[in-house]
Amino acid sequence: MKNRTITFKTPISIQETATIAGPKEGAGPLKDYYHNILENDVLGQKSFESAEIKIHTYTIKHMLNRAKLKENDIDCVFCGDLLDEIIGCNYTMREFDIAFMGLYNACATFGEALILGATMLDAGHMEKVICSTASHFSSAERKFRYPLELGSQRTPLSQWTVTGAGSTLLSKQDVSKIKITMATVGRVVDYGVSDANDMGAAMAPAAMDTLIAHFRDTGRKPDYYDLIATGDLGHSGSRLLQKLIKEKNIELNDNYTDCGILVYNRESQDVQQGGSGTGCCSLVFNSYIYTQLKRGKYKKILLVPTGALVSKISSLQGETIPAIAHAVAIEVL
Amino acid sequence: MKLEGNEKKEYLAFVRKESPKTEHAKTMTRAFFLGGIICCIGQGISDLLRYLAPTLEEKIIMSFTLLIIITITGILTGFGIYDKIGDWGGAGSIIPITGFANSIVSPAIERKTEGVVLGLCNNMFTIAGPVIVIGLTVSVLVGLIYWFIGVI
Repeated sequence: MKNRTITFKTPISIQETATIAGPKEGAGPLKDYYHNILENDVLGQKSFESAEIKIHTYTIKHMLNRAKLKENDIDCVFCGDLLDEIIGCNYTMREFDIAFMGLYNACATFGEALILGATMLDAGHMEKVICSTASHFSSAERKFRYPLELGSQRTPLSQWTVTGAGSTLLSKQDVSKIKITMATVGRVVDYGVSDANDMGAAMAPAAMDTLIAHFRDTGRKPDYYDLIATGDLGHSGSRLLQKLIKEKNIELNDNYTDCGILVYNRESQDVQQGGSGTGCCSLVFNSYIYTQLKRGKYKKILLVPTGALVSKISSLQGETIPAIAHAVAIEVL
Repeated sequence: MKLEGNEKKEYLAFVRKESPKTEHAKTMTRAFFLGGIICCIGQGISDLLRYLAPTLEEKIIMSFTLLIIITITGILTGFGIYDKIGDWGGAGSIIPITGFANSIVSPAIERKTEGVVLGLCNNMFTIAGPVIVIGLTVSVLVGLIYWFIGVI
């Protein structure tokens, strides 16, 4: 099978990160790591879509401030979200005088953004790029499920879309010890799951496929990494992945976790299987994981954002749910 | 990459085996009690109407009871209370007419950002619509059967 792993000639520095978390996320276990926490998730806007755009805009602005850079210093922004025609990003980027590439890989978009951004830098076309994703519980809920005020019960397998945004600033210069060294591009995997409330089961095979390809291409073993974090498989999806991949003689043990598990307190926050959404992985990586990399708790991590490429139309037409996962290896060099 | 046939069936069976199940004993008990409570409130309202206005016809009392319950549901939905009741009691909040009212008010609230006509009015019946269409169709069919039985 063809090699799907990119090894960057010069490892790409992660210069700075910025995050904004919604109120529910801000009350969760990672509350000390977020750069900003919102008091309410409407932000005085008329619609939840506008609120999501505001959150994303402020995150990118906050990042520029933290890095003490101007819009002129950034070559391109790679970003995506869950809304139709990725309008969240389109309107966010209307506020900036920066080149823009809009991406969609559902909740795996953050991985796609990091890979494309790092590749552009590695190829020498650009100097600094921003990779960013956002999602909003209320705008996603209405796009993929039911109106917010409908008195329906959430199924035990459902997940809670994260309200928040996370941005990463990648730089070609050697400005940080934390670097992206490798990336494995995922392929679309469909194991025939058709329950749109069970994203974990749809995405677990995609995560497995990418992990197997990554370990095969690089010759690394899971214990090479201090942390392997999937994007948003949730509690039940993570368990599925661990069992599935064990059958292929790969063991994911104590160094394995999932951003959807980390972001909420399952017992007290009533989130069923955990967090999901394009913002989930980028919020957790850019706050908690990046801080731990800086503090030296982790030296080598593998981030595997996972995305269920579901659409309401194809679900109604009887199609199953395809999924994708990308892996990005980040190491302290 | 797509799984077909037996491999797909095996995976889906594996997922079913591994996934947490709905706690039917809990959800059904809650639905039973919540549905019962809503019906008791309805009965209470109609009894109160009969007591306050003993001269009113039974038909009008029934209609007023429905109107009052629907209005209360609409207000509770608007304040974001009914969805919490529904999250607790499941089908118990969906089956009575309050569920129907909630299913019309909730998309209306959400879609008002897209304008009154094309947003709010257009989407009010996205959830309740199928219930109305199927209800009407079935009542016509049953009516026809009833008529044929009468002819025979």
